[in-house]
Amino acid sequence: MTDSWLVRNLRAIRGRAYPRIIGSKREPSWLFFDIVLPLLTVSAYAYVYKFMTARPEFVGYVVLGGAMTAFWLNILWAMASQLYWEKEIGNLQLYLMAPISRMSILAGMAVGGLFFTTIRAGSTLAIGVLVFGITLNLADPLMLVVVFIATMISLYGMGMMFASLYLLFGREAYHMSNLMTEPVYLASGFYFPVKYLGPWAAAGASFIPITLGLDAIRQLFYPAATQDAFLPVTTELAILSVLCVVFMILAKYSLAFMENLGKSTGRLTLRWQ
Amino acid sequence: MQTAAVETKALSRVFNPKKKKEGKSVTALDSVNLRIEKGELFGLLGPNGAGKTTLLKILSTLLLPTSGHAYVAGHDVAKDFQDVRRKINMVSGGEISGYGLLTVKENLWMFSQFYGIKSKVAKDRIDQMLETFGMSDKKDEKVRTLSTGQRQKMNVIRGFVTDPEILFLDEPTLGLDVNASRVIREYIVNWVGNGTDKTVLLTTHYMAEADQLCNRIAIINGGKILACDTPENLKKLVKMNKTFSLDVTLMNDKGALGSIKGVSNFTFSDLAETNLTRLKFVLEDDSAVSDIVSEVLRSGSKIVSLQKTEPTLEDVFIKMVGKGFE
Repeated sequence: MTDSWLVRNLRAIRGRAYPRIIGSKREPSWLFFDIVLPLLTVSAYAYVYKFMTARPEFVGYVVLGGAMTAFWLNILWAMASQLYWEKEIGNLQLYLMAPISRMSILAGMAVGGLFFTTIRAGSTLAIGVLVFGITLNLADPLMLVVVFIATMISLYGMGMMFASLYLLFGREAYHMSNLMTEPVYLASGFYFPVKYLGPWAAAGASFIPITLGLDAIRQLFYPAATQDAFLPVTTELAILSVLCVVFMILAKYSLAFMENLGKSTGRLTLRWQ
Repeated sequence: MQTAAVETKALSRVFNPKKKKEGKSVTALDSVNLRIEKGELFGLLGPNGAGKTTLLKILSTLLLPTSGHAYVAGHDVAKDFQDVRRKINMVSGGEISGYGLLTVKENLWMFSQFYGIKSKVAKDRIDQMLETFGMSDKKDEKVRTLSTGQRQKMNVIRGFVTDPEILFLDEPTLGLDVNASRVIREYIVNWVGNGTDKTVLLTTHYMAEADQLCNRIAIINGGKILACDTPENLKKLVKMNKTFSLDVTLMNDKGALGSIKGVSNFTFSDLAETNLTRLKFVLEDDSAVSDIVSEVLRSGSKIVSLQKTEPTLEDVFIKMVGKGFE
């Protein structure tokens, strides 16, 4: 084992990403559960907006929001609760014993999850565009890529931080995930522009990176609908960049705290404790 | 003095209950002092709850000591845990690690990546070890389809595939059939014996396994090391007389045997169905065997079989602990 620390950790990221990437190929049932089912909710909102004769971009907002739900669900059920699952199936102590950063394990999960979820989100978006005939006017694709990357890094950073917290809470983690599903759909404006929650509520919801990320993505696809924007895209990108750093640092420290607590009490790494 | 593979100094570990109403504190390890040299296959023998797994978890950096110190390959497990982790691996009996949707080879490759092994090197090693463990035909099978024995063989390969300096094996043959256990034991012995200073710390409550495999054995109970030596020396701690059973062709004059010096508890029985006489006696010293043999031959009889019963590690354990394993 003569390779550098960086190479070792990059290999670890690749190793942990692999099961998630290969899993999408080996368990095709996700096509139904993760693409078709979310479209039903999107359809409900889309028809409500159509019958209300809302502006056409509102159906586009719903489809974009529906596509982004895949990332939020991935954060809750495949990032935040993942260390808890790993403990239950006996992998956690093998991860903790390995000579790598704990962030690499979570980064591997994030990379694998991101790959898989981007396919899901892209599929939802494509089907939504076809079914509802929405028009997307992307004026600045480079900015879209930058906003998307910043959103994902901050979002998965938050997921990494949650992973340690969920491990501390044990079985209550299920309730936390449930608790953070529907309320976040509302608070982050998955099915409507977050601006209409009011400035204070929207500002509060902005601590969840997907709120600003989704708002910025909508603005980039509908540059003319400035009346629906919460903050300018550049401001949202700046805040997302700060959130990237903040969540990554918090994730690193919470993981270190969790590991030390586990080593001190002996309760976190053993399946039955 | 050469750096020890493992060294503990007054190592103690106390588990406190989460809440007071959950009971009292448990002392899992109590001032354990051990030194395991490089190249040793060292056994830790004790019943359930003796402290074996706690010791291994401390040595593998998963648990902190309450007091005392533990060093692995010269590194403090509490302070230099990253250095320790680069040199070790651990496999536990009954482990269900890995992901069911991955194949055996993919699972092993994935774990090798956490140790930074080059992909090609890892894949070559995995192929070679699957062959050795008789698992080549299973390499592309999903892990969830494996039997318990096959899964444990895969776990053992996971431990060896990173080529650690020191390997901790926590009851690696627990619940396995004779063949699977034999393959694993043979591999362990060969790995340690290949002259590269590889060290294995094996915990087990199978006495025969410890006796067969280990250069030295520590007997642990209640968190304390009760004895630590080679299996042969540990057996010498039991002052047990050696019992002999001798089958000879029908012997008429047996009276003289009982009066030979050093022979006691002499009994005999004629086995009519086989036309043999069975002599049973206890010797303080093996040298009296020749006198017995001479007397049998002098009487015109012939020796058909001779059995000798010696102390076992179980006798040693009973002597140390006052009871056997449950």
